[in-house]
Amino acid sequence: MSSSPHARSSAPPVASSTAPGAGRSTPHHVTGPDLPAGASRGIDPRGPRVAAGVTAALAVVGLLLGTGPGALVVLAVVAGSFVLGVVRGVAGTWQGWLFRRFVRPRLAPPDELEDPRPPRFAQIVGLVISGLGLGLGLLGVGPAIPAGAALVLVASFLNAAFGLCLGCELYLVGVRLRAARALA
Amino acid sequence: MSPAARVALVVLVLGLAAALGSVWRSRNGRLRPVAPAVLAAAGADPAHDETATARLSPDDLGAALGTRATFLQLSSEVCTPCRRTHAVLSAVAAERHDVSHVDLDVAEHLDLVRRFDVMRTPTILLLDGSGAVVGRMSGATDRRQALDALDAACPA
Repeated sequence: MSSSPHARSSAPPVASSTAPGAGRSTPHHVTGPDLPAGASRGIDPRGPRVAAGVTAALAVVGLLLGTGPGALVVLAVVAGSFVLGVVRGVAGTWQGWLFRRFVRPRLAPPDELEDPRPPRFAQIVGLVISGLGLGLGLLGVGPAIPAGAALVLVASFLNAAFGLCLGCELYLVGVRLRAARALA
Repeated sequence: MSPAARVALVVLVLGLAAALGSVWRSRNGRLRPVAPAVLAAAGADPAHDETATARLSPDDLGAALGTRATFLQLSSEVCTPCRRTHAVLSAVAAERHDVSHVDLDVAEHLDLVRRFDVMRTPTILLLDGSGAVVGRMSGATDRRQALDALDAACPA
């Protein structure tokens, strides 16, 4: 069973997980060899959620500042943090540092570690949203600033409060769009 | 915009996000029937198969079917709940000789993604002993939900 290189079959009735090749071939949820260099073996799953909470608070400040230069600066800080998050992972952002420095010492060790790639995907989505708002705002499209801040607020609030995983919801949409384009 | 209006905007956005989050959470792990249109597009042929259902074979899965049921999980690499759901379903399958669990990567199985109109990961197709798709779930699925789905869609 599970002779296909793609099947990560788990303990089906006959072939147990000791069967050759079973469950070993696509270790993308475990720490696979395809992890980017420098990535840790896994991150505390509470880190990205706390970081998202900090981002949400920043987005609230941005929204309260309306369309002025203050709001633009806040959105630039948000976008800059997402650049850090895309390049270095969530743990490499200043929000991630805040979590490690002030929150994690007060928490029990995590039950499980999380693959750093899903939160990183969410950082890419955040960068696109905040980058668009910032770019349009710099070009003089005032309403783009609060619109960008509002979208960042919704996404980061859902992440922080509900644990919504943007990668889970958007990854396939992206893959399907790309496939549709390739066919066209 | 006045300061009061800005505060109202923040409250509105947060309220909207909370509503979205509640809907999202309530959908996770809930067993749903597969839409007839999806079944038809997936190859169900009422003319030849009076039960009008889509069937998957061991060849489609690259693994054998459970004699009672198979949880066919579709996962992506950018998905943390996929990993938790994998642990839940593999434990349920390991405890039962007639239930099996297969976890496939969507990026390598776009044919299944298109065939069953999969929009999010994890999506779990529940197959009966003959490989017929009898229901689906998506999002983080806990043990209770997996066992309920098994009893509802594939009674022992």
